This record gives sequence, C-alpha cells and structure tokens, in this order.
Amino acid sequence: MTDTASAAMLEINDLNSFYGESHVLHNVSFHVGRGEVVTLLGRNGAGKTTAMRSILGIVPKRCGSIRLCGKELVGLPRYQIPRLGIGYVPEERGIFASLNVIENLLLPPIIKKGGMELEQIFALFPNLNERASTQGTRLSGGEQQMLAIARVLRTGAELILLDEPTEGLAPVIVDQIELAIRTLKDRGFTILLVEQSFRFASKVADRHYILEEGHVVDMIPNAQLASKRAILNQYLGL
Amino acid sequence: MTTILGVPAQALSGQLLLGLINGSFYAMLSLGLSVIFGMLGIVNMVHGALYMVGAFTAWMMLTYLGISYWGALLIAPLVVGVLGMVIERVFLRYLYEVDHLYGLLLTFGLTLVLESMFRYNYGASGLPYPIPAALRGGNDLGFVYLPTYRGWVVAMSLAVCFGTWYLIERTRLGSYLRAATENAILVEAFGINVPRMIALTYGLGVALAGLAGVMAAPIYQVSPTMGSNLVIVVFAVVVIGGLGSIMGSIVTGICLGLLEGLTKVFYPAASNVAIFIAMAIVLIVKPAGLFGREP
Repeated sequence: MTDTASAAMLEINDLNSFYGESHVLHNVSFHVGRGEVVTLLGRNGAGKTTAMRSILGIVPKRCGSIRLCGKELVGLPRYQIPRLGIGYVPEERGIFASLNVIENLLLPPIIKKGGMELEQIFALFPNLNERASTQGTRLSGGEQQMLAIARVLRTGAELILLDEPTEGLAPVIVDQIELAIRTLKDRGFTILLVEQSFRFASKVADRHYILEEGHVVDMIPNAQLASKRAILNQYLGL
Repeated sequence: MTTILGVPAQALSGQLLLGLINGSFYAMLSLGLSVIFGMLGIVNMVHGALYMVGAFTAWMMLTYLGISYWGALLIAPLVVGVLGMVIERVFLRYLYEVDHLYGLLLTFGLTLVLESMFRYNYGASGLPYPIPAALRGGNDLGFVYLPTYRGWVVAMSLAVCFGTWYLIERTRLGSYLRAATENAILVEAFGINVPRMIALTYGLGVALAGLAGVMAAPIYQVSPTMGSNLVIVVFAVVVIGGLGSIMGSIVTGICLGLLEGLTKVFYPAASNVAIFIAMAIVLIVKPAGLFGREP
C-alpha cells in the first residue's frame, strides 16, 4: 500500500485498541484523503465500529497515532476531539428520547464556520421538517437515521464518521441515504463509512479498507472492485 | 363556626397552609436530588446537610458580617453551590463507574462530617434567625391568617421550581443536560464538555438546597440536624414522583406536604408516616413513580 499521507485529512498509524483484557485492534493503519469517501468493510466483530470509536476516544484504551489534518488526537480530552471537525453518526443512531426532533438536530454545538444551514438540511431530508416537534425516538428507523446524519451537518465538521447507516432499513430508505451521502460528497465532506453491505459501499465509496480480526488486511480502490470480487468475497465470507 | 367533615374550617385551612409550606421545601429539595440522580446517578444523601449549610451560612453572614437576609438569599446558594462543585470534583467523579451504593455511602459520610463540624462549633440546639423586617406581619385572608413570610416562601419556591423546570425542559442548556442524562458518551462525542457540565449540574442542584436552607432559617431554627430530619421525607418524595422526573418532584413535593397537613387534621397520630404509606402504595402500584418513565 502506498501512502499519500501528506494530503490525508485523517491519518491513522499503528492503532491498537483494547476493551479490558481483549485486544481488539492490532496495528491498524489507514488514511482518508480530503473529500474522499472511504469504507471499512469486514465481518461482524472485525473491529470496524471499534476503529470508529477509537478515533473519538470512546474506547477504554487505545494507543498509536490518529491525526486529523496533522493534529494528534490520541491524548486529547474526549470532548475536544469532535471540536477539531469530526461529526459522528453512531451505529445505534443515538437519537435522544427526551428531546424532540428539532432539539436533537440542534444539540451538537457549532464548531466551525461553513456548516449547512437548516433549510439546506431540510431540503436534503424533507421528512424532518414536517416532524420537528415530534419526540426523537417516535420517528421511524429511517427518519431516525436521517436525523442522526442531519444533526452533524450544521456543526461545520468536515469529516463525518458514519457507522452502518443502512442497517435494518427498507430499500427505498437506503436509496435516500445513498443519495444523501452522494450529495454530502459533492459538497466537499470527507466521509469514513463503516458498512456490512458491500453493495451499498461500492455505490458511494472511493476506496475500501478490509478489516479482519482487528487487522487491516487489504485496501481496494472502488475501480478495482470488480476484478477483486473473488478475494473480497473470501474476506467477507459471502 | 364552620366545620368541614366535622373539623373546624380554620384548623383545616391552617394545617393545609402549613402543609403547603412544608411541601414547598420538599419540592425545592427533591428537585435538586432528582436532577442530580438523573445526571450523575448519585443518591445524594448529603443534600440535607447542604440545606443545613445554606441555613448556617445565612446565620453566620448575619451574625459575623451583618449581611442581611436578602444578601444571604443570593450569596449562601453560591457558597453551597461552590462547595458542591468541590465535592463533585474531589470525591464524586470517581464513583460514576461503580454501583450507586458507593455514592450513597460517600455522601452519607459527608453528611456526618458536615453535621458534626457544625455541632462541634455551634452545639445541637437551634439558633434563631429573625424574619426580615419587610416580611413581618401577615394578612387575614378570611379563611386563614397568612403570615407574610410564609406566603413569600411559597411564592419563591414556586418561582424557583418553575424556573428550574424551564431551564431544564425549555432551554438549550437544558437540552444538553437531558441528552447527557440519557447518553453522556454521545453528548461528549459531539464536543460538549460533559465533565464540566456534570460539576455545574451538581453545583446547581445543591445550590437549590442551599437556597431552601436560607428560606427555612427564619421558620425552623438553624441547627446542625435540620437537614437530616428533612432529607428522608424528601427521598420519599423523589421516589413517589419518579426518579429523575423534574415535574414529578415539584408536584409530588407540594402534594405530599398537603397530604401531611391533612393527616394532621384528621388523624394526627399518622402524620409522620402518611408520606411513607403513600410511598409504599405508589411503589406497589407504579414502581417507576407517579411521573417516572417505565423502564
């Protein structure tokens, strides 16, 4: 793997993460260039979500190097990491039950200039505007996912961490999420995507890193996906 | 003389007024306890002692510095709030990961320390605190004689309770607080300084107890154990209202004060246990409390 690290927005080197006694990530290295959409693919338990949580510091222990635009994140207090420009859309979506839709949407503080305006967000996800005063968790699964994405768009974060955005959603909703990710890429957002669905990943991403048992075992540019189909199937156990 | 259910109307309304005043204190104290438990998961046994510290701060300010009730009303809650934030930073923050029981034991220990300190210096008997001149006297409302200071306590307590409810349920800061109560890690992952927010929340919660202490000083006497007598009832209020529910604490606090007052009229012997009987019934019928969310 050649490294174009100098231009990388996010650069991870020799990351090791632990949950108590169990060593989950082993010398994981990868990078995401500015404006790229990069996926982490792998089977259940390969360490994809842990990699994402490690970036934000929400694992019990991690070491190695995680740099955002050259700035080291390991060692920073947790609340300062997102302030450097990271928006997080967790796997479980994390919509707050005690907050209505608009309160959920306005919860993450603005960290930089240049975030999307509310009208632009509502143009992207019209459902949310109609349900502004609904309690957050009363939304459908698809709407909750949209809300989870929408709420990090206005903060000015340039790197978005999307953890399994299509999990458990109907195909028509998945299409909407796909469209949203394309729109965000066109707007210049950098996206790190964790996916189980390699079909979905192939439609939106530029490159794919394959994780196996906590190791990065391969990197496949999207253009070579067709020719590497056999090896990919082997990795993912399809 | 008019009677209601065989009880003189004067006695009834008198006891109801007394109940309303006790209820005002229950509401203000249980509000802070409820917010603290919701956010920190700490069963804050030291709440009663900090109410006592609020009352003593007012007494000391008047006695040693000549600062009036009005000054104490502002400064004593600040003193108690800062003391609370120190307690949170020095002790409580190490307990969030462990069982709730540890927080209860630690705050119970702090209660003993604080009460002993004041008993050592000021003795166990109560110290008088005068009602401020502007709030002396009273009005005959026809059905009941309302001392001005007691009316003031009820009005202030309602204002403080409503203000706190508004802060938590209707403002941006409050939405951070509600969100962090649900999922602190995610709120932190959005870039909000949760540890600082937790310290401030604890400070605010105990400042309410300090404020209640100042307001109580002219009614009850200022004594080292004034909080212990109250805190058990206040815990019952929190349990009945539903742990973590703001509105539950306010409404239940006032209602239980009134219930206590009514019991004093109709069956005085039971007045001390009425609240606990209510608690037992509520726990059997609706274990999450009257306003609590079912798990």
